[in-house]
Amino acid sequence: MTGNTPMADYNFAYLDEQTKRMIEQTKRMIRRAILKAIAVPGYQVPFASREMPMPYGWGTGGVQVTAAILGPDDVLKVIDQGADDTTNAVSIRAFFARTARVAVTTATADATIIQTRHRIPEATLTADQVLVYQVPIPEPLRFLEPRETETRTMHALSEYGLMHVKLYEDIARHGHIATAYAYPVQVAGRYVMDPSPIPKFDNPKMDDCPALQLFGAGREKRIYAIPPHTRVVSLDFEDHPFERNRFDVPCALCGATDSYLDEVVTDDQGGRMHVCSDTDHCESRRAKGHRGTMLADEPVHPADRRSKLEAAE
Amino acid sequence: MPEMNTQPRPLLAAGFADPVFDSQSAFRAAMEALARPGRIRPVGTASLADAPLLPSAAALVLALCDFETPLHLSAHLGGQSGVAEYLRFHSDAPLVPEPSRAAFAVLDLEQDRLDLEGFAQGTPEYPDRSTTIIACCASVETGAALTIAGPGIAGVASLRVAGLPADFAAQWAANRAGFPLGVDVLFAAPGTIVGLPRSARIIGETG
Amino acid sequence: MYVAVKGGERAIANAHRLLADKRRGDRQVPEIGVDQIDGQLALAVDRVMTEGSLYDRKLAALAIKQARGDLIEAIFLVRAYRTTLPRFGFSEPLDTAAMQVRRRISATYKDLPGGQVLGPTFDYTHRLIDFALMADSEGEAPATAPAEAEERMLRVTDIIGAEDMIEANPAPGEGQPVGDLTRDPLGFPAGRDLRLQNLARGDEGFLLALGYSTQRGYGRNHPFVGEIRMGEVEVEMLNEDLGFAVPLGDITLTECQMVNQFKGSLTEAPRFTRGYGLGFGHCERKAMSMALVDRALRADEFEEERKGPAQDEEFVLSHSDNVQATGFVEHLKLPHYVDFQAEISMLRAMRAEVAQRLAGQVPEAAE
Repeated sequence: MTGNTPMADYNFAYLDEQTKRMIEQTKRMIRRAILKAIAVPGYQVPFASREMPMPYGWGTGGVQVTAAILGPDDVLKVIDQGADDTTNAVSIRAFFARTARVAVTTATADATIIQTRHRIPEATLTADQVLVYQVPIPEPLRFLEPRETETRTMHALSEYGLMHVKLYEDIARHGHIATAYAYPVQVAGRYVMDPSPIPKFDNPKMDDCPALQLFGAGREKRIYAIPPHTRVVSLDFEDHPFERNRFDVPCALCGATDSYLDEVVTDDQGGRMHVCSDTDHCESRRAKGHRGTMLADEPVHPADRRSKLEAAE
Repeated sequence: MPEMNTQPRPLLAAGFADPVFDSQSAFRAAMEALARPGRIRPVGTASLADAPLLPSAAALVLALCDFETPLHLSAHLGGQSGVAEYLRFHSDAPLVPEPSRAAFAVLDLEQDRLDLEGFAQGTPEYPDRSTTIIACCASVETGAALTIAGPGIAGVASLRVAGLPADFAAQWAANRAGFPLGVDVLFAAPGTIVGLPRSARIIGETG
Repeated sequence: MYVAVKGGERAIANAHRLLADKRRGDRQVPEIGVDQIDGQLALAVDRVMTEGSLYDRKLAALAIKQARGDLIEAIFLVRAYRTTLPRFGFSEPLDTAAMQVRRRISATYKDLPGGQVLGPTFDYTHRLIDFALMADSEGEAPATAPAEAEERMLRVTDIIGAEDMIEANPAPGEGQPVGDLTRDPLGFPAGRDLRLQNLARGDEGFLLALGYSTQRGYGRNHPFVGEIRMGEVEVEMLNEDLGFAVPLGDITLTECQMVNQFKGSLTEAPRFTRGYGLGFGHCERKAMSMALVDRALRADEFEEERKGPAQDEEFVLSHSDNVQATGFVEHLKLPHYVDFQAEISMLRAMRAEVAQRLAGQVPEAAE
């Protein structure tokens, strides 16, 4: 049984072939899990996640879901932290462009499938789109109860008291619910679900969304879904209703006042600026003539950034 | 059934011409059908014209079943010449006589008695361990209109399936009452499918 | 003025190029060959095969070369390759009593039929750096004994079992499918098949530490090394068409059978219990650790109180896989700035409230 590896074939082209084959074999099983996930909104369907050619934690769940649904007519957009140009988004987009020969885009409106890590695009999604989330820890109760056998029973019995106790302890201690991201939701009045580590700013976008939302957790081997137009409620209390955080400054590049902003450190003197985390949203606003206070006229090479910033002061 | 050829044939009829793309396309139709209950979806069946059962139903089995999914054939379809052989050969799915053990089941609404309770319902811990029913029918555009609501539906939607049994609304109410347990149904008509996941409620019946 | 940083694609391509350069190292030094890794770093190859759960020496050696000697990275490469291979079925149960033994030791008997066979072991070496190895060495040829007639070498657990002094091996479920956690996600409680598969794929270091913890009192199970044997075993697979098992070839295995704490009651005569470890190639530390943890995980079966981490099935089986573990630990270096932003904004707001409250500008929120 030794020494039979086709060494001569083990070259770069073979790696391509290998990757495609891996995905083909896994797809059918993932597709079945997706159908169950849609039929039972918010319930985490176990699936036999496979080793992918990228590490667990880099979006293997999202990649497997995207690979399972992707067809020749799809147009794929991949974002990480809201941006198309973050290294992991670039890497995953290149992976699909190479192995599935699928059209890719950075324009939210042009995409039929959007794979995301940590954000929901600012633009309202449409019925022709599917949003695929990369999920690290799918179990919303995991940090309250580490045992799968226990949390599974809690979901079966709709026993979510523990989650409310945790949120209420926050209020008692801090005067607020101290969860800023991965804020738990209840789907279609039944399952409590982890929305993946999106900032709670994005939570309201999940409710009554016209697009299908699919969630893939590769390492934890779970898939779950929110069908279109499904009620998604962020957990809260009557006297402490869920609040979406807001920024008190507009985007420094496009002037948007209603988008999620990244804080960029501009110097070592406490200088900060805020820019849209959704790069496509920001760029399309600028293309329409919206301007923020820090928008440069000419493209600036990153190496020149510091001197340009200094020059601006 | 239209398009159904029950003549015994010397050679097994063809499966998907392009397994990768045809599977993807049939799956995507099923996904959209269950994500938007009541919405009619086309299913490409060009290469399955000679299949011994309704090509749209065959497409769903070929796209979704394999050696890991116990498949149940209804009394009628199990008795049809070549159906079991065809599905076994092209999907590799093990056939099971008990509907309660099936991951997928194929039946014919006109010929078989529909008994939703007889299929696997899942368990409270694993509601996904349930049967997905592929129900062959003559049309998903004629038949009494049922008004449905639930996840995947903005407001309400209409579902029309030819040949539904008279007690279907009652059976479905029982199925819905067991949520998250229960079965999901894909109705397969010539060239089209429509989905009814267990999360959907029937809220009205109109002629 | 500000323009966002771009150029991820080029940065990634350049990083890959640099990595390839660093892998090759100094071009004045001959490149290491896969044969050299296979032959001279053989124990690294064994570990990669065991935890990669794929028996292919050349492939494991190549993975080690590609991974620059990072064995977990090599295991990952092998695993990702493994998922592309079609699965034809499963072999007949391996008969380790029929092993062509190269090493076989028992701690429970001074001597026994077949004898103690030390084989290639570090056990009694003095751990002194051998500077002679700095130079090329032909090495001395090993001493050999006349070949003995091929015979089955009795397993120590069979000797103890003949007296009914140790629990019987669980009967193989005739016709029962063998679980495979690469095809079905692990559920709890896991059966023996899935537990052993999980441990065999599990990280050597993790299992070593857990096994060690049982010896130090965190779920003690009084182990004796009944036997460790290493050698070649034939793999057979049932051919449905022919109706009989067909040999596929020989693989090298290390098996460890622990003889553990006895169990009995007023009505049932006490017997020793078992812990089992098995791995590809020569992987003694792994097989022993696996056997200790296997036995520890059987706590419920023997109605033992679970008080050590090694006895906690969900904990052990959920964290044993180093490919999963390294992925999730290392993913922390991916950008998390959106969530960090959410957290820092919340923290600022909370700090402002506390400051205001301390300044007495706002009455206590509660009461």
